[in-house]
Amino acid sequence: MRSAEESKRRFLLGAGGLSALLLTGCDRLSETEWFPKVLRTHETLSRSVHQLLGSRPSMAQEFTEADVSPFFRSNGTSMPEGEEYKALVKSGFANWQLEVGGLVEEPTRLSLAELRAMPRRTQITRHDCVEGWSAIGKWTGVPLSNVLALVKPRPKARYVVFHCADAMGGSLTPEYYYESIDMDDALHPQTILAYGLNGNDLPIPNGAPIRLRVERQLGYKHAKYVMRIELVESFANIAGGQGGYWEDNGYQWYAGI
Amino acid sequence: MAAASITSAPSPTYLYYRHALSVRIMHWTNFIALTILFMSGLHIFNAHSALYWGDSSYSGRPPLFEITARQRANGEPVGVTRVFGREFDTTGVLGVSKYANGEINQHAFPAWATIPGGYSLSMARDWHFFFAWIFVLNGVAYVFYSLFSRHLKRDLAPTGSELRQIGTSIVDHVKFKHPSGEEAKRYNVLQKLAYLSVIFVLLPLVILAGWAMSPWLNSLIPGWTDWLGGRQSARTIHFIVAWLLFLFLAVHVFEVIISGFWNHMRSMITGRYRIKTEA
Repeated sequence: MRSAEESKRRFLLGAGGLSALLLTGCDRLSETEWFPKVLRTHETLSRSVHQLLGSRPSMAQEFTEADVSPFFRSNGTSMPEGEEYKALVKSGFANWQLEVGGLVEEPTRLSLAELRAMPRRTQITRHDCVEGWSAIGKWTGVPLSNVLALVKPRPKARYVVFHCADAMGGSLTPEYYYESIDMDDALHPQTILAYGLNGNDLPIPNGAPIRLRVERQLGYKHAKYVMRIELVESFANIAGGQGGYWEDNGYQWYAGI
Repeated sequence: MAAASITSAPSPTYLYYRHALSVRIMHWTNFIALTILFMSGLHIFNAHSALYWGDSSYSGRPPLFEITARQRANGEPVGVTRVFGREFDTTGVLGVSKYANGEINQHAFPAWATIPGGYSLSMARDWHFFFAWIFVLNGVAYVFYSLFSRHLKRDLAPTGSELRQIGTSIVDHVKFKHPSGEEAKRYNVLQKLAYLSVIFVLLPLVILAGWAMSPWLNSLIPGWTDWLGGRQSARTIHFIVAWLLFLFLAVHVFEVIISGFWNHMRSMITGRYRIKTEA
């Protein structure tokens, strides 16, 4: 039976070697220029299939009051740095104005009071973080489609970009958080600029004075501390060019998965 | 085995064509895809190393399962794994481990078990979703192939008489007794049931639970994930089934090793399996 023993020994050695090879191989591939691009094809594939499956605007699941999480976790920034934001907090966001511009006919500025006076939508939805956790909250806000109707997007506008007040990666070279969504998501009935969470004003850790809700995508798309909305044809010239802060740091632009 | 044939009369052997080319290709494609899915999945788990039941992670109830790290009074990190509230010290493997260069790694699963090794959630997601597509397309091809080529009916479906002999088959497996001669051309009944439950229960379930974590796919038919108990339940199911598949792999490889490793490897690579005709 020596040969069987030998086989087993050789197999175990081989298996160990193979898995080490697999690991270093995968890590090497991750560091090449071309392989991550091959991997990234899944994004286009999934997004195309999703769009094919949902020709009608599909709605995210809505929950009941009883489902609301007693604690709504804040992730990333919980208090933007800088004097400007501090001053806004001090005044209760009375002097805050949302700037809406870019490829629109009638750029405008809207105060929090003006946004609150617009048609509102309240929805109890589940927030899914890319890290894996979920929390359920009751959001109140103005549908983005109503805001866009005010400014009249030009036909060339393809994306809506949200510029935020929170600087990421230290104050030496501040990179402001930003995100972008396409017009389909922008005009979706559940896409709102939320100023309320669970019946109260939106808390600072969750993005006061307003945050985006784009319910069919992961949490990092839901930009907090939104200061300015810009309609663009392409986001290639904004910051890192990938359409968002996390996208510039390697994450997928399409976060429906 | 070679030793045994020297002492007794040399038994005639021949090569039997056991696995069709398409099955062999799909087998190895599946193996590579599942291995990468498993290891990149462990990496994704590391981004939030706790599992829950229901839709929310913050329902007020503690997680069902959690891998974490805490500091001892002297500052030394301790890896902690909690299962239904019971705590285990898993320093060295889970919660606290070491990178290849000796540095302390405080992620749940050790770097040697994850793809990529160094922490990058976005990269792990790219690996996971790319190979998820390969795995699903391969799986769909396999299901169609096995239905139309009658592979399913001919090789995998157990017959009535086989099912009646399930007790004997269990005893044979426990004794590490393996069929030879004509019997070795077919899968045994336990093997058939194991393959069928992996192909038609575990793999579809792991896919479904994976889909249930996609917020966009959730919206296709709002509320369909309730069937799995909610998104966090789906994540828990995805994790458990992934480990059941790992367990299957361990048993599968064990059986391959003890029942003639090189013979099996050859038959899964070239298709040809050596049969010893009984005297």
